[in-house]
Amino acid sequence: MSKPILTIKNLTKKYGENVVFHDINLSVNEGDTIVIIGPSGTGKSTLLRCINLLTRSDAGEIWLDDKEITCKECDEDKVRQHIGMVFQNFLLFNHLTALENVRLGLTRVKHMNPADAQLKAMQELERVGLLDRAGHYPGQLSGGQQQRVAIARALAMDPRVMLFDEPTSALDPELIGEVLEVMRKLALEGMTMLVVTHEMGFAREVADRIVFLEKGSVVEEGSPNDLFYHPKNERTREFLWKITELYGKKDTEQGNG
Amino acid sequence: MVSWFNIFREYLPSFLQGAAVTLELTAVGLLIGFVLGLGLAVARTYGPKWLRVIAIGYLELFRGTPLLVQLFLIYYGLPSLGLTLSQTLSAYLALGLNSAAYQAEYFRGAIQSIGESQMTAGRAIGLSRWKTIWYVILPQALRLVIPAWSNEPISLLKTTAVVFLIAVQDLMAKAKRAATDTYDPISSYLAVAVVYLVMVFILNEVLKYLERKSRIPGFEMESKKT
Amino acid sequence: MDVASFLKYIASGTAYTIAVTLIALPSGLVIGTLFALANVYGGKVIQRLTALYSTIMRGLPPIVLLFILYFIVSGSINLSPFWAGSISLGIVTSAYQMEIIRGAILSVSGGQMMAARAIGMNKIQAIRYIILPQTVRLAIPPWSNEAAIVIKDSSLVYALGVPEILRRAQLISASTQEPFLAFTAAALIYFILVFVTNRSLDALERRLRIPANP
Repeated sequence: MSKPILTIKNLTKKYGENVVFHDINLSVNEGDTIVIIGPSGTGKSTLLRCINLLTRSDAGEIWLDDKEITCKECDEDKVRQHIGMVFQNFLLFNHLTALENVRLGLTRVKHMNPADAQLKAMQELERVGLLDRAGHYPGQLSGGQQQRVAIARALAMDPRVMLFDEPTSALDPELIGEVLEVMRKLALEGMTMLVVTHEMGFAREVADRIVFLEKGSVVEEGSPNDLFYHPKNERTREFLWKITELYGKKDTEQGNG
Repeated sequence: MVSWFNIFREYLPSFLQGAAVTLELTAVGLLIGFVLGLGLAVARTYGPKWLRVIAIGYLELFRGTPLLVQLFLIYYGLPSLGLTLSQTLSAYLALGLNSAAYQAEYFRGAIQSIGESQMTAGRAIGLSRWKTIWYVILPQALRLVIPAWSNEPISLLKTTAVVFLIAVQDLMAKAKRAATDTYDPISSYLAVAVVYLVMVFILNEVLKYLERKSRIPGFEMESKKT
Repeated sequence: MDVASFLKYIASGTAYTIAVTLIALPSGLVIGTLFALANVYGGKVIQRLTALYSTIMRGLPPIVLLFILYFIVSGSINLSPFWAGSISLGIVTSAYQMEIIRGAILSVSGGQMMAARAIGMNKIQAIRYIILPQTVRLAIPPWSNEAAIVIKDSSLVYALGVPEILRRAQLISASTQEPFLAFTAAALIYFILVFVTNRSLDALERRLRIPANP
């Protein structure tokens, strides 16, 4: 049993009266891939943003490698260097080429020397299979390619943990595969990953653990096998049934269109 | 700075006279600019080539030179060609010709946003080209142009403030008078600045009201910015 | 007045007009950019104050503002009309440039800031390396328009006695009794200045344009 890299204790987030999630507890071991599933609007994205300190949580603690990162004196910018984030809509820097997108954090945040940064950025692009697109601007790349560059950009910072916020939901169906492939490879390489997604195939195949989140709290968590084939909770069963139905429908629609 | 408020109180009647002249200048300039600007926009979009070239030349020249130069050219320059205009007439003409160039661009934007399909539809029911423009395109364009066009009255009101340089007795001329009388230019111009601000504010509210009243849901230009 | 001295006279007036513009435009840009950043990223109080600045400055005729500022500037420091006028004109245009920059900043999507913060940049770095480079590109077309306005508004310092084109044209018109020719020449020079400025900025915008930007 490896030691936990990321520990979330009683984390709560509210917007005014509206509770987004409350008392979330989660512990992520080194090298694990945790997939968070659940209906939209249950605070999955907000949870990831809280972990990356892009949004402040209201109560509870987050620990990264035996250090609390939610303390008042914590340096947010330092913390974020160690936590990679991949967004639903890629959010590449529009005025920079693929290579420059990956390199920027290395030179400006990590203050690496330009030659090393260049080399490292190229290695990261190669890792996601896009070295040949290094000089392209985001507008010249497909959605799937943009998302892979975004992954490379996050990886370049050598993060302890990677957070994926619905990385494929903004993509055309035929482009989803290439992004999932990169993520699968990362998981195999031993990257610690926290993934919010509706891609049940990916969850089943890659996740070490699946967490089902609904209405701001964890309903059930366990191995893919447990959740998919022996769910303990009625709501888990219902959600999984619905999502399979939904994605089944989507497939036939594409078949027709 | 004695106190701008004292000057404001003492010169208020004179300022109000000047403000009336300023509003008059704005109204006349706006009217001339409207008629001429609409003509220019139609000529620029639908005219034969030679007319389009003239319209474009007009727009470029009047938007590429300062109003003050246009004003001097009309007031000091035209007499040498045998046309002498009074100060007020010169100001009306300069403001009108200048505003036309800007208003034409608003109208052109609206006409273009209506597009070719309305022209096709008009021609399809047997209207001539010019009748289609008159009965189909322009009524729609004039509706669509309102939000963008409503910048022009305020812009023109501010523009009028230079005509005192040919001794038209507008608000700014009264301010200059007060400045010479009181030896306190800063307070005098500040006092008049307040009058200008009030006029701009009221005009802005009136235009916003009219814009809201004239809105037709679902019928607006797509390129509406800030 | 012979042709050579006429041309010399006009040329030196043109130099003044260009100089006034080259002082007013950049100083307005610096003030405008700082105020725009303060307005977008500052606290509530700063937001209100900068918005008020913009509303009042843009609500006044430039010449009224120019006179007020000119008398304040030249009353507090001993400056020539040329410098006092140029600086005042810079303050006049700052509010308009603030709105241009502000609009451009706001149209760079909020996600860009978030993505920058996510790789560990602080707010200043994110503004400097991510937001501003994109803002500059978006701001060039409206800024080019404002540059033309400043060139034209530089004619207002005529009223302060600065010997720029319009002033020179007036003097020539008085000495030659050819007002129409004198003012036409002045108009032509303004037109060329505006035309060249707009064309150069168009070219700059095309050069800086990001390929296939969404």
